[in-house]
Amino acid sequence: MSVILESRALRKTFGAVTAAADINVAIEADTVVGLIGSNGAGKTTFINMVTGYLKPNSGSIRFDGRDITALGPRQITQLGICRSFQIPQLFDSLSVSDNLLVGVGIVASAGKSWKNAASTRGTPAEAVETMLKQFGLQPYRDMAAGTLPEGVRKLLDIAMAMVVRPKILLLDEPTSGVSAEEKFMLMDLVMEAVRAQKVTVLFVEHDMEVVSRYTHRVLAFSEGRIIADGEPEAVLNDTEVRKYIIGETIHAKRGSHAQA
Amino acid sequence: MTTLVAVLIDGLIYSSWLFIMAIGLTLIYGVMKILNIAHGSLFALGAYSAASLAGYWIEQGYPPMGSYAVMLVAAILVGLIAGPLLERGLLRFMYGRDEIVLVLVTYATFLILEDFIKLVWGVDPYFLYQPYGLLGTFDIADLTYPNYNLLLLAISVAIGGVLAWALTRTRQGKILIAVIHDREMAASQGVNVSRVYFVTFTLGAMLGALGGALTAPMISVQPGIGAETIVLAFAVVVIGGLGSLPGAALAALLVGIVRAATVHLRPELDLFSIYFVMAAVLIVRPKGLFSVQEARKI
Amino acid sequence: MKRERTVAILTIVLAAMLVFAPLLPNWTMFLFTVSLCYGIVVLGMMLLIRTGLVSFGHGLYYCLGAYAAGTLDPLFGITELAVMLGSAVVITAVVSAILALLLRKYRDIFFAMLSLAFSMILYGLLVKTSSLGSTDGFNVSVKTVFGLHIAGTPYERYLIFAVTAIVAWICAALIHRYLNSHRGRLAEAIRDNELRVEYMGASVANTIHLNYIMSAVLAGLGGALMAVSVGHIDPEMAYWTTSGEFVFISILSGTGSVLAPFLGAAIFESIRSFAYEYSPNTWQMALGTAMLLVIMFLPGGLWSLFKRGGRSTT
Repeated sequence: MSVILESRALRKTFGAVTAAADINVAIEADTVVGLIGSNGAGKTTFINMVTGYLKPNSGSIRFDGRDITALGPRQITQLGICRSFQIPQLFDSLSVSDNLLVGVGIVASAGKSWKNAASTRGTPAEAVETMLKQFGLQPYRDMAAGTLPEGVRKLLDIAMAMVVRPKILLLDEPTSGVSAEEKFMLMDLVMEAVRAQKVTVLFVEHDMEVVSRYTHRVLAFSEGRIIADGEPEAVLNDTEVRKYIIGETIHAKRGSHAQA
Repeated sequence: MTTLVAVLIDGLIYSSWLFIMAIGLTLIYGVMKILNIAHGSLFALGAYSAASLAGYWIEQGYPPMGSYAVMLVAAILVGLIAGPLLERGLLRFMYGRDEIVLVLVTYATFLILEDFIKLVWGVDPYFLYQPYGLLGTFDIADLTYPNYNLLLLAISVAIGGVLAWALTRTRQGKILIAVIHDREMAASQGVNVSRVYFVTFTLGAMLGALGGALTAPMISVQPGIGAETIVLAFAVVVIGGLGSLPGAALAALLVGIVRAATVHLRPELDLFSIYFVMAAVLIVRPKGLFSVQEARKI
Repeated sequence: MKRERTVAILTIVLAAMLVFAPLLPNWTMFLFTVSLCYGIVVLGMMLLIRTGLVSFGHGLYYCLGAYAAGTLDPLFGITELAVMLGSAVVITAVVSAILALLLRKYRDIFFAMLSLAFSMILYGLLVKTSSLGSTDGFNVSVKTVFGLHIAGTPYERYLIFAVTAIVAWICAALIHRYLNSHRGRLAEAIRDNELRVEYMGASVANTIHLNYIMSAVLAGLGGALMAVSVGHIDPEMAYWTTSGEFVFISILSGTGSVLAPFLGAAIFESIRSFAYEYSPNTWQMALGTAMLLVIMFLPGGLWSLFKRGGRSTT
């Protein structure tokens, strides 16, 4: 499998705080990668740098071989990397379908500079319908985004990221703020919609059950460094990871209720 | 050489006047996040009240020196009446709405008060020239200035000084600063934000009216002075940084000197030199000279 | 379909006005003409407000358009309406394209203040220019409309009114079409969440730039038409209180439809004329009170009285 996204010696400081210190990562196409780590470990900073919101102090980021370190969020989106947000970023006064319509419209009127301008199937209205169906948003189509329950806002946020047909999707804590019963429902829905398009997914998560269930690979962040990188089972059992991120006492293995 | 001195002195005088005008506005914005267009009306109300009360005082033959006290009393009265009326009677119901909506509310208030002034005082100009000349003059480098200007300078410095001391050394002042930084946090710490708003607005109103009262002897008091003044005060406040008191002082100084320079050197530009300064400052410092740091959003 | 209905209403109103205007007394036709001019300006304001920006300095373009139209006679001896309007469009487009390079970086109060600053700069410039009559301004007259000689003829007033109405119709229809296009929908998206728009690959700065130019040209057209109708222009058109009136009407109308600005302008002009007739010293008070009432009880503007709920345009 080819490497679709890689970072080399990525470094970012905010004054005295080092949010990223020498991050080296190579993500393969069509995989699902989990990013774990305690708050302030540098996960969101990593996403912010990959999507161009922050510029690293040094180091580089490459997408499909092309250096994207200096680009801004708009160009990076146009190249094919999209993200969702910890706090859903929606158009609160517009209806759910209008929210999606904005995205569909952006793609429909995209010029040649959009390397990734895959044409939307059918009319804009049809494209919106498809997304509403895929993400289970039909009952909410006419409601203003600002009035939606949190779980639905999260779904819409992710749907918006998907509307512009990315090759890489970065999800920032997709299940945070969502009740325990709904977490898996949401992730099932998202993964199904996303994987159908052969999208590479990176998501930041604090819920280890979600991480172990949906990822092929896990990167563990701590104090700006990656302290573990590998298959979920291995990483979640790693001593350093348990010491700094997960905690030592209880760890449910995938599919079992064994106590460590 | 004379020109340089003239520019400096004219600049300082104009700065003092601008500062008194702007300080009330920036204080209200800083605490309540309201850009109060009606401040211009308070200025006008102060000017008109001072002109008519002090004018009456002098006409009746009372000691002319007393007219200064009358002007001061007029300003304080305007502030104490108009301030609470506006804040409790109108603004209070609009808190929590969008900033722009509040600006429009104050704009509507400004329109109403402009006509109120015309109804009470008529449209003919008032003149209150006596206090201007009463204090004599001083000479510097071939130029003669009325001492009244020194009074203006002294008062603006005093106001600045008192506010600076009050905000940093007294408990009430520190509470005000807390509300400026984060209203919700302050409220959750037990601060009576409602009362802070009330006091701040009234204080700001008094300062606006004081600006008007002090200006009355220097101009012809007529309809339209409120509109002219409020744009200048805005410019100063925006240049200095909304809500920043040291910013207002620095901005007033900057604008005053620049305007004095244009008046002497390039008089055709004097009407809008202030706006050039504003555009220039905003290009270099998009939020004004002293602005608050913003935290990460995402 | 909302779209067809709006254009249909526009056309009906236009037709009605053109047909019935000659039957109305002169002052009514004049009131309509002035309302239409203001309505065109406020249409531009509405576009900006939908994009999340309130300009407190649109008097700049209103005045520029008027002067661009009015100075053609003293400068070149041109009194043809089409050329005057063209001049207004070109000049406001060029100036706004340049100023937008700076203005598009600002929001909220700063955008409002900076736009106010530029309008006051124009005001100051004009006041100091004696060749343009400084504070008195000067008179403007139109002699031909698309080649048709109208000056002094009995249908002069009507033709100017008709041109104004048709221009208003064209502007409203175009803006309506724009707002329902993909690019046009970005306006409200930008207002709600700029970050998201950028993260979906669209340029916030470019859209704001475009919308700003469009709103400026509309203001310029309104100003030029007003100059021709009233027959006189002066620097007061660039004073901040004029811009304030535009803001006021925008609030009164709401942003619900391209029909709203014209409705709002008509009501504003009516209040102003009647209140002024009744008492010249209380019309501002009446306006201010009306504004407060609208803000307090009709936050969506007058248009929210007609809205039926549901915002989907698909």
